[in-house]
Amino acid sequence: MANVIRRQTPAARLSRGLLYGVLILAALFYILPLVVMLMTSVKPLSEISAGSLLSLPQNPTLAPWTKAWGEACTGMRCDGVGGYFWNSFAIVIPAVLISTTIGALNGYALTKWRFKGSELVFALMLFGCFIPFQVVLLPMAQTLGWLGISSSRAGLILVHVVFGIAFTTLFFRNFYVGIPNELVSAAKLDGAGFFRIFWRILLPVSAPIIVVSVIWQFTQIWNDFLFGVAFSAHNTQPVTVALNNLVNTSTGVREYNVDMAAAMIAALPTLVVYVLAGKYFVRGLTAGSVKG
Amino acid sequence: MKNTPATDLAPVAKRPTPSGGFQAWLPRLVLAPSVAISLFFVYGFMLWTFVLSLTSSRMLPSYDFVGFGQYARLMQNERWWVASTNLMIFGVLFVVICLAIGALLAILLDQKIRQEGALRTIYLYPMALSFIVTGVVWKWLLNPQLGIQAMVQSWGFESFRFDWITDPDMAIYTLVIAAVWQASGFVMALFLAGLRGIDDSIIKAAQLDGASLPRIYLRVVMPCLRPVVFSAVMILAHIAIKSFDLVVALTGGGPGYATDLPATFMYAHAFTRAQIGLGSASAMLMLGGVLAILIPYLYSELRSRKHG
Repeated sequence: MANVIRRQTPAARLSRGLLYGVLILAALFYILPLVVMLMTSVKPLSEISAGSLLSLPQNPTLAPWTKAWGEACTGMRCDGVGGYFWNSFAIVIPAVLISTTIGALNGYALTKWRFKGSELVFALMLFGCFIPFQVVLLPMAQTLGWLGISSSRAGLILVHVVFGIAFTTLFFRNFYVGIPNELVSAAKLDGAGFFRIFWRILLPVSAPIIVVSVIWQFTQIWNDFLFGVAFSAHNTQPVTVALNNLVNTSTGVREYNVDMAAAMIAALPTLVVYVLAGKYFVRGLTAGSVKG
Repeated sequence: MKNTPATDLAPVAKRPTPSGGFQAWLPRLVLAPSVAISLFFVYGFMLWTFVLSLTSSRMLPSYDFVGFGQYARLMQNERWWVASTNLMIFGVLFVVICLAIGALLAILLDQKIRQEGALRTIYLYPMALSFIVTGVVWKWLLNPQLGIQAMVQSWGFESFRFDWITDPDMAIYTLVIAAVWQASGFVMALFLAGLRGIDDSIIKAAQLDGASLPRIYLRVVMPCLRPVVFSAVMILAHIAIKSFDLVVALTGGGPGYATDLPATFMYAHAFTRAQIGLGSASAMLMLGGVLAILIPYLYSELRSRKHG
């Protein structure tokens, strides 16, 4: 094996070159919009109208970023997307923690404490992953009103938990199915209870699936627009709604650099998560769709 | 007594059969809130929306029943037909192009490529973005005065035209471009995972038989990937039917209502045009569309579970 000399024929070299050419072209297709977005966000307006998309910024400035963060108009108010950025965090963090905890306990109960009808319970809950949310919008609006939490962050957290647990339960159930039952049975014989077994046996090995679930829920809820636009008021909007309002606010000159800076701000948290934990991100996306 | 209260458990250090009594009910108790949530917020709400779709509700829900009148109105609504036709065009193109690009990139990446990890990361990152961000970026790129059209014209191709976003007949294809940009890398990841799962010996055997590489992929590898194709189609079709944010951010449904999709139609009628009954009817039809693709999928999943 080691002393095989790789001698390439011209034809092989050509096809190899072609292969890399196509792959690099594809990479450009995916990366260029991000590059353009970043470059536009640091150009002064004069450079945008004079230059073209791919011209490098001559006098890079962070002014569009500070304007997008603190001054740009989103609808009626002109205080940037910064506040909405923190709104998104205030909604996302509790919703992710609650839905992941519930999903973990559900997955554990469904796999290690099977009872008559537990498969049916799972199938019943799984359906929640697939419904188009348009079908729950109107009743949800009314229910949030009855609960006295319409247009509040608490209301949005509730909505995201309610429609997130179908996914988190799916993740944890599929993960715990693969954990051998012997340890759990032995612990049961020793008299350990439901929560003790979970705490001592399941939780210590759950790190990968917790990461998958947290990342999935984080990106889903951070990127949500439909619930955000339907169930928030101006002071409880998530950043996606604020971004859309900013871009569509038609007062004065269109400031494309500010638009792009705001888009970058809205995109950064999920991009950071993707760069840091891409492997788990892919695993969440493909959960259940590729059978091993 | 079978149902021992929880407090009685504490002093008993080691019960011989903790699986009886309270412990046996604990798992069900833990699941109960989720089941209740699911019954109320998913199934209850679906039924509720169905009930609303049978009423004449406008600004506020009223329970004045008009049978299937709203569905009849929907069928005569030109904007609904535009939205449905758009979903057909958008859905089919989105799914087919994503599959083609995803499969091609996965096969090319599977040829022992240097820097495979870096390329994969680049192909997949748009999937981490919000559709709103994607829409805002592509709206900028597709802007005729300042975007791609202006750039190519500045290179000297004065007659170059790429103003689809302002053209009612072509705007729907800009949605396809942006959505493919966002999701095709994901399909690549699905296919690549599938390719890595195929036994090398099958490919080696075909090579020994003298089959050419493209032929091997077409005749040997692709048939093995049928489950992956199937899952990818389900997921993509699902994304297409739910597409709402991309339309809002990229075209706003315009020019006019040329790029309306059922999801934006529903939102507009239920929340801004005070047509709750009509909006509910359109939501029910969307649910019907999802069920039509979901039921065959779940059926085949359950069947393969039983066999595997």
